[in-house]
Amino acid sequence: MRSKVLLFLVSYLSWCLLTWVPDWQHLVVGIFVSAFVVFIIGDLFISGKHLSRYPIRCWYFAACYVPVLIWECIKANFDVAYRVIHPRLPIKPGIVRVKTTLKTDTALTFLANSITLTPGTMSVDIDREKGVLYIHWINIQATDIEGATKTIVKRFEEILGKIFE
Amino acid sequence: MNEIIGLILISVGLAFDLLGCLGLIRLPDVYNRLQAATKCVTLGTCSILFGTFLVVGVTTPGIKALLCLFFLVLTTPVSAHALARGAHRSGIKLWEGSVVDQYAEDKEGEA
Repeated sequence: MRSKVLLFLVSYLSWCLLTWVPDWQHLVVGIFVSAFVVFIIGDLFISGKHLSRYPIRCWYFAACYVPVLIWECIKANFDVAYRVIHPRLPIKPGIVRVKTTLKTDTALTFLANSITLTPGTMSVDIDREKGVLYIHWINIQATDIEGATKTIVKRFEEILGKIFE
Repeated sequence: MNEIIGLILISVGLAFDLLGCLGLIRLPDVYNRLQAATKCVTLGTCSILFGTFLVVGVTTPGIKALLCLFFLVLTTPVSAHALARGAHRSGIKLWEGSVVDQYAEDKEGEA
């Protein structure tokens, strides 16, 4: 129930932003649209622990995770741009497996998405029972599981572990 | 002042989008192309949208640009992951210059 109310508020907020500047017709229609959205996908929405129960974690999320992600994203762009412009195309691609210690759905989702946005790596698949992620790596530096884990996952795992678990 | 910063951001974004498209043509296989498509196009399009917001200010198009930016960052990695996984499952091989494919090694027994 709680997550449905949260979902209603989120979708109502995005409706209000989409139909900016607000007037009463848009606001009334928005209530019906958001209620319909909650009715359709309310059961799919994340369940379990909510961030709202630990307000300090939200601040930690904003202060530590977001700047790291933006910085890595900018680095990733220059990395890919360099590889594309270079006349000999310096790539050494392949798919490696890495280990992760995170368990919850939200944390794993954030981890996989962060890996995709960081330099040269893209998550392909995940095996939850073994705690293994399969990563496509554009320039392989280590093929063994420990070396790859250290280079790819460790940066984000510590931060995300503190936030979501 | 905001307008100048916005125009600079839009030009930077256009440059990165151009490089991303160049990567789509130059790189050898699906997976490498997805890398170029996700990275360059995420930051490129995000800076175009943010530049638009700075130029037009807090108006109807400005707010929509910010909203698009948020959704773009959320959905790009997910769609890249879905495409890569689908491609691999339907049997598309990696480029012959690839080093390892440990995903195929692990999935051989199941298929």
